[in-house]
Amino acid sequence: MHSKADFQSDQETRWCPGCGDYAILAAVQGFMPELGIPPERIVFMTGIGCAGRFAYYMDTYGMHGIHGRAPALATGLATTRPDLSIWIVTGDGDALSIGGNHLIHALRRNVPVKILLFNNQIYGLTKGQASPTSERGKITKSTPFGSHDRPFNPLALALGAEATFVARTLDTDKQHLPAVLRAAAAHEGTAFVEIYQNCPVFNEGAFDALRDRAQGALNRIPLKHGQPIRFGPDGERGVMRGANGDLCVVDVADVGEDALLVHDAHREDPSLAFALARLAERPTGPTPIGIFRAVERPLHGATAVRNADRAVTNVAQLDALLHAGDTWRVA
Amino acid sequence: MGKTVEQRERVVVRFAGDSGDGMQLVGGRFTDATALLGNDLATLPDFPAEIRAPAGTIPGVSAFQIHFASRDILTPGDTPNVLVAMNPAALKANLATLERGATIIANEDAFTRRNLEKAGYAGNPLDSGDDALADFRVIRVPMTTLTTRAAEGLEGVGTRDAARAKNLFALGLLSWLYGRPADGTQRWIEAKFATRPAARAANLAAFRAGWSFGETTELLDVQYRVAPATDVAPGTYRQVNGTTATALGLLAASVRSGLPLLLASYPITPASELLHELSRHEGAGVRTIQAEDEIAAAGMALGASYGGHLGVTATSGPGMDLKAETIGLAAMLELPLVVIDVQRAGPSTGMPTKTEQSDLLLALHGRHGESPLPVLAAATPADCFETAFEAARLAVEYRTPVILLSDGFLSNSSEPWRIPDAAALPEIDPRFAHGRVGTESGEPFLPYARDARGVRPWAPPGTQGLQHRIGGLEKQDRTGNISYDSANHATMTRLRAARIAGIQRELRAVEVDATDADNEDAELLVLGWGSSYGAIRAAARRVRDRGLKVATAHLRHLDPLPPNVGSLLRAYPRVLVPELNSGQLAQLLRAHFLVDVQSHTKITGQPLFAAELEDAIVDALQS
Repeated sequence: MHSKADFQSDQETRWCPGCGDYAILAAVQGFMPELGIPPERIVFMTGIGCAGRFAYYMDTYGMHGIHGRAPALATGLATTRPDLSIWIVTGDGDALSIGGNHLIHALRRNVPVKILLFNNQIYGLTKGQASPTSERGKITKSTPFGSHDRPFNPLALALGAEATFVARTLDTDKQHLPAVLRAAAAHEGTAFVEIYQNCPVFNEGAFDALRDRAQGALNRIPLKHGQPIRFGPDGERGVMRGANGDLCVVDVADVGEDALLVHDAHREDPSLAFALARLAERPTGPTPIGIFRAVERPLHGATAVRNADRAVTNVAQLDALLHAGDTWRVA
Repeated sequence: MGKTVEQRERVVVRFAGDSGDGMQLVGGRFTDATALLGNDLATLPDFPAEIRAPAGTIPGVSAFQIHFASRDILTPGDTPNVLVAMNPAALKANLATLERGATIIANEDAFTRRNLEKAGYAGNPLDSGDDALADFRVIRVPMTTLTTRAAEGLEGVGTRDAARAKNLFALGLLSWLYGRPADGTQRWIEAKFATRPAARAANLAAFRAGWSFGETTELLDVQYRVAPATDVAPGTYRQVNGTTATALGLLAASVRSGLPLLLASYPITPASELLHELSRHEGAGVRTIQAEDEIAAAGMALGASYGGHLGVTATSGPGMDLKAETIGLAAMLELPLVVIDVQRAGPSTGMPTKTEQSDLLLALHGRHGESPLPVLAAATPADCFETAFEAARLAVEYRTPVILLSDGFLSNSSEPWRIPDAAALPEIDPRFAHGRVGTESGEPFLPYARDARGVRPWAPPGTQGLQHRIGGLEKQDRTGNISYDSANHATMTRLRAARIAGIQRELRAVEVDATDADNEDAELLVLGWGSSYGAIRAAARRVRDRGLKVATAHLRHLDPLPPNVGSLLRAYPRVLVPELNSGQLAQLLRAHFLVDVQSHTKITGQPLFAAELEDAIVDALQS
């Protein structure tokens, strides 16, 4: 049995003091022994950005790749090495801006990898520009008059690509984060996990409505498969499907528990999960947290893996291949 | 009626028609029959980028040229002896390539007023009153009519279906004219249309009608014979184009290295053919991925290499631009990656189906920072096998990205290939690092320590006890940890360069082909690279036939160069470098060796022709 220490590399961590990445790193290192997989069969693949440094701090195999390309690199690895447990660590700029195409196609293919998206709604490593998840009007170094562009909703994007596992958690939640990692690890296909992560230098407090203990108690909407969706300190509020099909937040006292939406993460159709993902436009008020969707679909590369048994591996087979088709002899 | 049979040493036939006329199909079949007959051959498909340009127009013309001979030949031929023209546009587009006295076999049924207008002819050039074709021997054949008539009464065959088989009529006629055996082609038709009985019947009837027409018509009184080539090395042969040879070379490297093959590519002309070819080998364990873009394709190949497989990506010019960052990462990670660039005319989208050798400087230098890597170029379609094998070998043994330059001409052109003995191919040793049991034992693993050749250990994920992290940031020498130390960066830059430069130590000296001792004291060396090989050798042969002396040499390795290139350049008073670009190798040679080489360039999207190079060599000799 491995311990947390077995997954800590000898490299000095170099994130800013107070960065949410420290909490995530500690949680991941603490969770890894649970997998029961030896460190040499675990790979962390990262892109560029603060989150990209994650690979250096795990005492597993790791590759710090190119900006946005970790899903492509990981697809090549996962296709050829189904024996490995492959984890991608990425950020909002890395995954949703420069790497958007690779992300949606990895999700489409259902490549057997786990994607942890550290969303801090800002560019940190390049020192504070607007990211594709920064809110409209956000004033940053690159948007002195406020960001003009509408932000992406990462979960809605992943669900639009019909990802088979989609979840959201928080950097500092020591119970919820490992629980989501556990479910992600158990999922066979691509697991997409958005982690709200605080950047104390360039975007301090972006997720206070959820991370702060008092506010969080009011705003976190925990999603539990098979249970009515309700939240608040005494579960006094809930989520209901309105007459026009839209989801809305209601007081349970007004509508009764039976009127609440029962969460079903295993629905083949991602529409309800999509609606839940869009329930909170920004993480500044009531926001669903947990596993939005977990369904099964054939894995990328499954056919090729089956064909591996028929691989040409010896000289006699190669000779036959070279001589295929019409041949003639010259004496 | 008795027909005369004449022997020919070599013949060039060009099939030309509308892109929907099936010229590539009949050209390919004629080539197969020719190969089985034992002739040496070389082919050149020449087709438009548009799948179906407007029918009957000159941009819609698709052609297939084959040069076959009873002796060793080197190119698809400059000027056809016979042009098969299926419509007026095909005649007009190809007339300029013909020499006086060439034979034109025209489908006169297609020379309607409408088709003549589309091709820009005022009158019908086939009419005897028209002297446009006065220099040629014109044979008018009503191919559409004869094909339709041959298919009359066949069950389920409509008039339109019958007319579409006219390309097989042309194939039948040409097969008779040059004595290509009919039975093989008939079997091929039967197999090709096995599931479509009506099409099978129509095509068989058309082929036989073409053959019979040759036997009976008074328009043709001579049948030609081209004897099997005798000056070829003994062995078992098959016909290959550059695409197939590349695929087999990669497969062979996979078997001889023990590394399973993964090809990731994004569709692009003319490189897609390799993706098609290798994807058919999925049953042989080959993994192919059609990636979401060129960048992802390179990333997937590198990801596979990281996992201890043989990662390959193939593309053409525009895709090379996009792969540059991944190639740079591979250079930093010091992992194998084979990148195949099937060059085409650029810049930008350029002319996708036309050939060029204009990516040499891109291959050598097209990345930010200093990131040298081996660059190789294939010389002939069959040579793609060895060059692909060599590219994979260098990538694996030296842990480096390698760029293999092919081009549109090589990928489509075909020739006989002497099949090598698989067991005689060199073994490629990946020398994986050995795993360790227990963490306390021994020294820490140093992923960037180097052997005598400067090569670092390769420990793919799964290797016990050797967990380590690699990445695009500069590494500390030996440990591979992140380092921004200035002296270390200088050291690492030099180490990366020295490892690649050191490959030169194992390269064979480039050999001069002087054919015989008479040419060893030639005043001129013609030094080429890539697909101009055949044209250069053929041109030199013609120059020697004129009593002049010339030596030739050809480069497979463009970086590092073979060890004797400098001395070779200085050994001749004059050096001519022919290239399908504006002088890229010439510029390199001048810069490296301070030798005043002359450049012969061609940038028309067409391969180099022996005749034009012959003139350039004679000019250079007499200047």
